[in-house]
Amino acid sequence: MAEHLPVLQVIVPLLAAPLCLLVRVPRIARVLVTVAAWTSLAIAVTLMAEVRTSGTITYALGGWAAPYGIEYRIDLLSAYLLVLVSVVAAVVLSFLPGRPAAQISNHRETHFYAALLLSLAGMLGIAATGDAFNIFVFLEISSISAYSLVALGRRRQALMAAFSYLIIGTIGASFILLGIGFMYHMTGTLNMDELAVYLPQLTSTRTVRVAFAFLFVGVSIKLALFPLHQWLPNAYSEAPAAVSAFLAATSTKISYYLLVRVVFTLFGAAFVFGSLHLDRLLVPLSIAAMFSGSIAAIYQTNVKRLLAYSSVAQVGYMTLGLSFATVTGLTGGLVHLFNHAMMKGGLFLSVACIGSRIGSAQLDDLRGLGRRMPFSMASFVVGGLSLIGIPGTVGFISKWYLVRAALEQGRWLVAGLIVASSLLAVAYVWRVLEVAYFAPRSADDPVVSEVGWKLLLPTWVLIGATVYFGLSADLTVGLAQDVARELVGITGGVTP
Amino acid sequence: MTPGIAIILALLLPACGALAVILARRHPNVRETITIFVTLGTFGAVLSLVAPVHAGLRPGATLFEMLPGLPIRLEIEPLGMLYALVASGLWIVTSLYAIGYMRGHREKHQTRFYACFALSIAAALGIAFAGNLLTLFLFYELLTLVTYPLVTHHGTEKALAAGRVYLGVLMSTSIGFLFTALVWTYLATGSLDFRAGGIVAGKVEGWPLAMLLALFAFGTGKAALMPFHRWLPAAMVAPTPVSALLHAVAVVKAGVFTVLKIVVYIFGVENLRASGASLWLMYAAAFTLVAASVVALVKDNLKARLAYSTISQLAYIVLGAAIATHASILGAGMHIAMHAMGKITLFFCAGAIYVGVHKTEISELDGIGRTMPWTMVAFLLGSLSIIGLPPFGGAWSKWFLVLGAADRHQAFFVAVLMLGSLLAIGYLMPVVVRAFFAQPAAPAADPAASRPAPGIRRFDQAPLLCVLPPCLTAAGCLALFLFADTIADFLRPILEAAMP
Repeated sequence: MAEHLPVLQVIVPLLAAPLCLLVRVPRIARVLVTVAAWTSLAIAVTLMAEVRTSGTITYALGGWAAPYGIEYRIDLLSAYLLVLVSVVAAVVLSFLPGRPAAQISNHRETHFYAALLLSLAGMLGIAATGDAFNIFVFLEISSISAYSLVALGRRRQALMAAFSYLIIGTIGASFILLGIGFMYHMTGTLNMDELAVYLPQLTSTRTVRVAFAFLFVGVSIKLALFPLHQWLPNAYSEAPAAVSAFLAATSTKISYYLLVRVVFTLFGAAFVFGSLHLDRLLVPLSIAAMFSGSIAAIYQTNVKRLLAYSSVAQVGYMTLGLSFATVTGLTGGLVHLFNHAMMKGGLFLSVACIGSRIGSAQLDDLRGLGRRMPFSMASFVVGGLSLIGIPGTVGFISKWYLVRAALEQGRWLVAGLIVASSLLAVAYVWRVLEVAYFAPRSADDPVVSEVGWKLLLPTWVLIGATVYFGLSADLTVGLAQDVARELVGITGGVTP
Repeated sequence: MTPGIAIILALLLPACGALAVILARRHPNVRETITIFVTLGTFGAVLSLVAPVHAGLRPGATLFEMLPGLPIRLEIEPLGMLYALVASGLWIVTSLYAIGYMRGHREKHQTRFYACFALSIAAALGIAFAGNLLTLFLFYELLTLVTYPLVTHHGTEKALAAGRVYLGVLMSTSIGFLFTALVWTYLATGSLDFRAGGIVAGKVEGWPLAMLLALFAFGTGKAALMPFHRWLPAAMVAPTPVSALLHAVAVVKAGVFTVLKIVVYIFGVENLRASGASLWLMYAAAFTLVAASVVALVKDNLKARLAYSTISQLAYIVLGAAIATHASILGAGMHIAMHAMGKITLFFCAGAIYVGVHKTEISELDGIGRTMPWTMVAFLLGSLSIIGLPPFGGAWSKWFLVLGAADRHQAFFVAVLMLGSLLAIGYLMPVVVRAFFAQPAAPAADPAASRPAPGIRRFDQAPLLCVLPPCLTAAGCLALFLFADTIADFLRPILEAAMP
């Protein structure tokens, strides 16, 4: 049993999904989702423990040995992502509040659960597999279910948002597929372990360079890296509340994982930064993302859109960390994966709490909620402080490593821009707080009360994690640092 | 009670007090009783630490391992002890005053007020006891956040706008400069510990040292060094007890305390003086000192004038830190206590006048000394201490500061310090003179407007609890003159450790 864990990690949610459709009873389907998510978490934690004690785990699917069959390969980075995704899934999905509160359109509840599980299975699969084509397959599984999840949003605009997400996402996926095809053409293998050996030797060929370009652009679309982020604000703000929380906390993280894999494992930092000088492109793009996302967030009138634009900015932090190509920088980027998942997941959940009561996420409708819904709004405050990077929250930890990485390389301007963009976060967070705490509720506003513990619990688990791991970041930073050392170490650690 | 427990208690008591205040929100009398007991308990806990610190111990406690090798750690040394004593001691008096003021003025949201107040003290004590720069930064930011609801207490558009300035200036300086300085220091030295003699000596030199000092000095926006002083006048929209304790004592002193602490324990006094990296800071502080005084001269609003006076007096402390001699550091440290006692008196009086007769402008105060003699005598004594005349506490700290400047043969800065005192006479004395010698311009204000809430004992036109505290602190200014030597003795170890 234990040796099959790498594949069970994917199979459990993958099989639970059709079961949801078969049982057709929302209540049972909800239990299935919960069980599947927690089982995934248990498996992920076990795998993580195993990787930490005895190193990388490989698993030959169906007993077919590596170059011929599909290999599942769990190293520290994979285990980290598996834990991250399944933690978020377990917390967000186990208290799914039922149709009305989840803000999904009617009669599709079991479909909704099935799609959530498929999306989860796809993401876990991407992190677990060691086969390049298999990654594409799982990417499509998770993406297509994500499109349908977005389409379940209550407003008509959700269909449009899902459609454009579908178009752009498919373009991204096609780019990735082309990249994989070129790699296969040049090396004759799809096993990433072997690709990592062959590709660095072939980097002088145009085909391999084109393969990298396709992969990089494709992944950047999925990652919503500026200027390829246009799909994200619409998708996140129109999706049902729980979906926004789930996707915001996981899907960009998985795309970031792909970017790290492509850059550090497949092609190697020596090629990507040493000869291609990707940092010359990635640093400006990351900074542009940080600023354009934050500035756009300041001008939003819808809180979900505001958070979505903030995600665009936060993706910039992550890619910036990567583009330093140092252990400190990559640590910052990787720890921000976890940190951002906690805070953004928590923030979207607190907006979900609010939305379940007032039926809207418009900024103006939040007035006076600081008194009416003290716990929901307080969770938003803490999450918002973390977005700013106040010490005592996880946001500070990420910022600490990013600024440190920038100063290590003597990039003072970049360091200054990082702190400047975090000041923009003060502006958009405070816009919400001022309305919620100081604008009086007018007489014709609906009377609202605080939501029940079932909604507050997952929200506060994530928000609590942003504070806990902000005060005591030993665990997360230690892990991210080990991963970063492994990745940079593999390729000799290039400092451009 | 072991010192380690006392430290935790001093932080936890006000924090838990805030919670208790919220729980008791429906019973104002219970709520205020809790507040008083918490202030007394906190002060007791702080007081119990004096003896061990004086004996040369450095009690501490590690709370979390925030980053690998960078814990959240509390540790007490004399400078922090003094600041903690000032903040927690004056909190007792301010709480009494706040009860009189908030009830007399029938303020809304009093629960939020008392809760945030208690949290502010917890944060201030965290700054005082911080055992490394990271801990200090954590509590520094916390203090900004928990004082924000106090500044915007009234919730009006004006208060919100002031809140934006407050938050904007304090956040952008601390995140933009202080945070960067922290990372830089860590990269250069591999540590953020406070160590006698400093940690950057030999690691950062030349103009980068001056740059680092600039990041620290301007990054500590709470020290209100120009041009980052705008938040302090803005914060005056808050109820007067907030202006009194937080924006004359706890918050602003947190700023200058941070600057002093960084100079003594990060840069090292000796190192800073030898390197000359602080020369520019001396000029910057001198400019702030004089410019803020001049602005204070022309402000007609009493609280605004006091705010600019505070900016000027804070510059004394920064100047003392920048001069970096034995005497100037001592003077700067003492000025934390001396100015606190004097300025809180003045704010208490300003608030008492406001509650009593609803006057905010100095030009309206003609002849008020006849109706509010106790208040205005307290104002006079506080003013004399701020100016630096004996027999008041302010005389000693300024004496040491001048001595320090003279030690370095900086006649210019001796003159600046003198000029500052002269200007202080210029902006404070007219208030007293008007109050006692000018004829009341109009008949006494409409009695209905100034009537406090029923059931509140009046004294000197204002609720008793508004008049008693300034009298107490005015007496405190006198006491500080007599016990200045004790304070100086208490502070001396920080210099002996730094200058063998």
